[in-house]
Amino acid sequence: MVEPPPLPIDGPRLPGPRSRVWRQWLLIGFVVIFLTLVLLLPALNIFVQAFRGGLNGFLTALTNPPFLHAAGLTLMAAAIAVLLNTIFGLAAAVAIAHHQFPGRTLLISIIDLPFSISPVVAGLMLVLLYGKNGWFGPWLEGHQIKVIFALPGIIMATVFVTMPFIAREVMPALEENGTEQEQAALTLGATPWQTFWRVTLPSIRWSLLYSLILCNARAMGEFGAVAVVSGNIIGKTQTLPLYVWEAYVGYDTQAAYSAAVLLACLAFITLIAKHFVGRWAGMRHKSH
Amino acid sequence: MTIRVEAVSKRFGHFLALDQVSLDVSSGSLVALLGPSGSGKSTLLRVIAGLETPDAGRVWLTGEEATQKRVQERRIGFVFQHYALFKHMRVGENIAFGLEVRRVPRAVVKERVEALLELIQLQGFKDHYPAQLSGGQRQRVALARALAVEPPVLLLDEPFGALDAHVRKELRSWLRRLHDEAHMTTVFVTHDQEEAMEVADEIVVMRQGRIEQTGSPKEVYDHPVSPFVMSFLGPVNVLQKPDSQASLNRIFLRPHDLLVTDNPQPNAMEARVRHISFLGSEVHVEIILGDGQVVEAHLPTAQAQGLAEGQRVYVQYRSAKTFPMYYEI
Repeated sequence: MVEPPPLPIDGPRLPGPRSRVWRQWLLIGFVVIFLTLVLLLPALNIFVQAFRGGLNGFLTALTNPPFLHAAGLTLMAAAIAVLLNTIFGLAAAVAIAHHQFPGRTLLISIIDLPFSISPVVAGLMLVLLYGKNGWFGPWLEGHQIKVIFALPGIIMATVFVTMPFIAREVMPALEENGTEQEQAALTLGATPWQTFWRVTLPSIRWSLLYSLILCNARAMGEFGAVAVVSGNIIGKTQTLPLYVWEAYVGYDTQAAYSAAVLLACLAFITLIAKHFVGRWAGMRHKSH
Repeated sequence: MTIRVEAVSKRFGHFLALDQVSLDVSSGSLVALLGPSGSGKSTLLRVIAGLETPDAGRVWLTGEEATQKRVQERRIGFVFQHYALFKHMRVGENIAFGLEVRRVPRAVVKERVEALLELIQLQGFKDHYPAQLSGGQRQRVALARALAVEPPVLLLDEPFGALDAHVRKELRSWLRRLHDEAHMTTVFVTHDQEEAMEVADEIVVMRQGRIEQTGSPKEVYDHPVSPFVMSFLGPVNVLQKPDSQASLNRIFLRPHDLLVTDNPQPNAMEARVRHISFLGSEVHVEIILGDGQVVEAHLPTAQAQGLAEGQRVYVQYRSAKTFPMYYEI
């Protein structure tokens, strides 16, 4: 055994304990003030404003038919968009993580595209393609299919904007697991379908659940892209974020803030769910 | 179940992993595919299993062509170097997997799992997750999982490669005993010649995508067909004959075929001891011959009593090999 060479004695000089404490508090103070101004106060303010008219005002705002319709539409569009993205995201992630094929890196970049495109532009792209004067417009009109200013358009816009979430989150988990477990399943007589359901899917279940939560949160909150494609028809194609905007612009602050509180609550629930999923997954990981 | 591989070739990009390999494995035998990394031994095993598709050539299992058969139809048990246990399943669920996907009745599965847990001596570990087991235990679970479906062929890809020396030795003899009892055709890949010699009935030595030699451990050790096989199966000294510089005149000597004494012998080479390492039952002696070439001799400790570093000695050899048709190792 060769002795390791002695370590250099003159390392980089660390600041003394006093200046370290001082710097620590400066950093913490800055972060707290920043978060309060940008995040905490605005969020709290929504609650204050929503209950300014008492619980009654709040409840009245939430039983207003256009609001109920918007909430229902948002939940439905998000559910369908998340489902579609789950299927697409899993397929893309498995293809990219487990297979080598020409255009693989291109596919990775394409999946990331929605992150770098402004949602409003995404909405416009859909309108230009599926709208009345778009490429597919005449054909769709001829077959009585309405995409733009209708639910399919809202779903497409939501799918577009939330596309990267699931594929991006699941891919690293798949890559980390490798393909040996799948190969083992095949040698044991499992069909590819059985292998997917019994081996691949359970091995990524935590990252999948995590990504579902994030994807859903983004899907429910999407404004820009949906605003362009939906036409914002009250009681028809108005989603919750659009309703909030409309109410706010129309000086109906009670309605705007009440709806915003509901959206915020959905966000909080998501946040809490995400936190617990992260903890459970972490615990499972440790016990493994 | 017999295995026949016929002129199989496999290429990964520009790398030729298998080059026209043909091999016959008789039913019930225990064969080791031995070779350095990159020699194609794992690829050959995976081609037999159906985990790789050969670019050319054919694979036969029990007289039936299987080249186009899918993995799950080949009825082979496969054990991976890194176990490949299902991480999200408990030990019992891992072992039961092959039976459950074949829709074996639940009661039968339960019984079989218990029997296999007993076989691998992990009765109390049914509800443990793989991550809670040691490497040796995981590999035993992987073996039990492969054995659960009673495959007529068991293929093992460096099954003990990731384990420490002690556990490796234990599992080796366990595998040997298992094979002697169950009699399934077994092929395992290893780069460890000692493991191959200890466990296998037949050794297939591979090099650069080709089979270099096939034979019993004794055959390949005592009658290697090439300098490569000779040096891969054990330590070897290469001596240049004094009368020639040509590589044709190289002599290959096993260190334990050298006789070293301190009194002059007829036909012995005069030499000097450079270094002595004591290894318990054996002593390794580094010797400088009169012409400056260095050889190593392995002697039983009792025979090396009188030797000391720097001492003048006389060296003879019991047997040596020459490979006139090979120019280099």
